[in-house]
Amino acid sequence: MRWLLTKDLRILGRSRLLVALLVVYPVVIALLIGLALSRGPGRPRVAVVDETPPGETVQVGTERVEVHRYVQQLFDQLDAIEVPTREQAVAKVRSGGALAAVVIPPNIVTKASSGTEQGELELIYNGDALEQSLVQSQLSSALAEANLGFSKQIQDVAAQAIDQLLKGGNLSEIGAPADLVGLEQIPALLARVIAHQRPGPDRDALQRVATFADFAAQNLTLSKRVLASVGQPIKVRSTLLHGRRTPLDTFAVVVAVSISLMFISVLLAAGAIALEREEHALHRLLRGLVRVRVLLAEKCALAGGCGFVVALAMLAGVGAFVPLRWGRFPLWLAALALGAAAFAALGVAIGVLAREVRAASLLAFLLSLPLAFLALVPRGAVARGIYDSINVISFVFPYKAALQALDAAVNGSAPAIGGSLAHLAVLALAFSVLAGAGLARSR
Amino acid sequence: MSAVLEVEGVGKRYGAVQALADVSFSTDAGEVVAVIGPNGAGKTTLLSIIAGSLAADSGDVRPAPERVGWAPQQAALYARLTVAENLELFARLERVPDPRAAVAAMLAQTELTERSGTLVGELSGGNRQRVNVALALIAQPPVLALDEPSAALDPAQRERLWRFVSGLAARGTAIVFSTHNVNEAQRYAQRAIVLADGRMLFDGTPDALLAAQPEAGADLERALVLFLEARARAAPAG
Ligand SMILES: Nc1ncnc2c1ncn2[C@@H]1O[C@H](COP(=O)(O)OP(=O)(O)OP(=O)(O)O)[C@@H](O)[C@H]1O
Ligand SMILES: [Mg+2]
Repeated sequence: MRWLLTKDLRILGRSRLLVALLVVYPVVIALLIGLALSRGPGRPRVAVVDETPPGETVQVGTERVEVHRYVQQLFDQLDAIEVPTREQAVAKVRSGGALAAVVIPPNIVTKASSGTEQGELELIYNGDALEQSLVQSQLSSALAEANLGFSKQIQDVAAQAIDQLLKGGNLSEIGAPADLVGLEQIPALLARVIAHQRPGPDRDALQRVATFADFAAQNLTLSKRVLASVGQPIKVRSTLLHGRRTPLDTFAVVVAVSISLMFISVLLAAGAIALEREEHALHRLLRGLVRVRVLLAEKCALAGGCGFVVALAMLAGVGAFVPLRWGRFPLWLAALALGAAAFAALGVAIGVLAREVRAASLLAFLLSLPLAFLALVPRGAVARGIYDSINVISFVFPYKAALQALDAAVNGSAPAIGGSLAHLAVLALAFSVLAGAGLARSR
Repeated sequence: MSAVLEVEGVGKRYGAVQALADVSFSTDAGEVVAVIGPNGAGKTTLLSIIAGSLAADSGDVRPAPERVGWAPQQAALYARLTVAENLELFARLERVPDPRAAVAAMLAQTELTERSGTLVGELSGGNRQRVNVALALIAQPPVLALDEPSAALDPAQRERLWRFVSGLAARGTAIVFSTHNVNEAQRYAQRAIVLADGRMLFDGTPDALLAAQPEAGADLERALVLFLEARARAAPAG
């Protein structure tokens, strides 16, 4: 085994371009994927036309809410470009300068203040079906956010007005007489007056007014609370059932490293075993010089070892920029080692199956990339039945188990690392047995 | 003398093709046996089975493959290793006691010392074939299975090869080789085995094959062709 390994390392050392490709390609792919994952989707670039007269306000009870505040809310949700006219907005969308345009018509205030009609916005967009659906969903969530903020402001103002009615005081700005009494204070005032009244129809009438004032004050207090709850009917409090939540950027690190580990181990193992056959050396080796088991172990050691070293270097390198928990280092090693073993065993099986280096590399490639993407498909992103099939595929191939093992090792995320490591060990064994059977059959 | 190589009722089938059917013979120490026959006759199949690189469907071969040196028809070498590295690797895998000395001796023997540092992938076809044959010899096995060892060699190299192989035979190595160069069989082999369509049609001295076809005179190649034609006429179904 030692001599075979030396031989393969020597051959690898003489294939500089291959080594460079084998290391650079997965690292670049991994970084791209990691980057894409660690940054959430960007805010959509949208042209906004505000046709409302400047300083326009919506009147709510005694208070006014500036429409411009709404536009500002919308701007915060978007990568907004302000354009003066609808025509210019359309031109922007058409030229691709903006993904979409939002037009806030001049009559929006009249409608919003009418109390019976809703204000209406115009949405203009372009692009292919995918872009359209992306822009639509991004815009509708941005509009929902802005609407929520705006209605909160209106509710605040309404609540203030109700408060003033209840508490009384100086409401001169809506033309009320000075030192107005509050609705809450009326029952107590009346009670004092009633105490000096003789029983009779006047006293009864006063008593009825006091009862009404008390009832009205209570209901207004309640409606203030109702208003507050309408502003945000449901508040979210999240509980994660198991394990520690992995921040997206350290998860991206784990994804990037595991993808590199997979590419290097699978491609190298597949190529190395296929090369033995292509150079006709396989037959020379397997006629008693080397046992099938030893040959497979050597290829796994070569490919897995290279993958392991590059992946560990990546992890350590990234650790310089992203805070990782170095205390868990032994777990990193375990996850990387078993992951490398399982990937290399898969690669060897591919190499035995494919018989020549080019076919082996192609097959390894065609298999690895979708495996990684399938393992990253979140539950709920696809239909239930499809997710179940994806799960089966992810279970049979080592990528998802390696990702989980590494995530558990680096981030302490759930599920616990033991299960994933055992899963990887079983897969490594299974693919080795498969490769061994393939080699035995070819003789 | 006792047989060092015994092939007994060996058969091999590739799907519908019967590559080898019930082939039996034995070879004594120091004996040189030529396996001749048309393309696709089963020569490579037979030698690969003797070398243990191919499993027979039926029959037995003795000794174990470790004791057989093998030069396959298609050179089995690592193109990105040098001549010396290829030799040393296999010397170590064959557990030769002093690999470096064996490599040096083999390089000198095949006159490849000057080329020892050249990558095999950069060698000419004939030189590659010389390394391929050298690999079969490096462990000094008691039995050699050489599949067209002289193919691609120039006349001088061929001459050298046979001188060397004859020397090994004189010291007791049993040698089975295949060739399309029937003169070689006539000149260097004590025995000729004729294969056609996987069947062994003849096993005897080259002279006996000549004697069986009087109209061929002293031309063994002619004798072989006539022999095969006669057999084809006798059994047209093959
Ligand atoms: N791997 C294989 N798969 C299928 N058929 C094969 C295989 N190897 C050999 N054969 C068939 O077995 C038969 C014997 O082939 P073999 O290579 O032993 O012939 P040969 O006598 O060495 O021929 P040549 O003189 O051309 O080298 C041929 O019909 C060949 O087509
Ligand atoms: Mg042949």
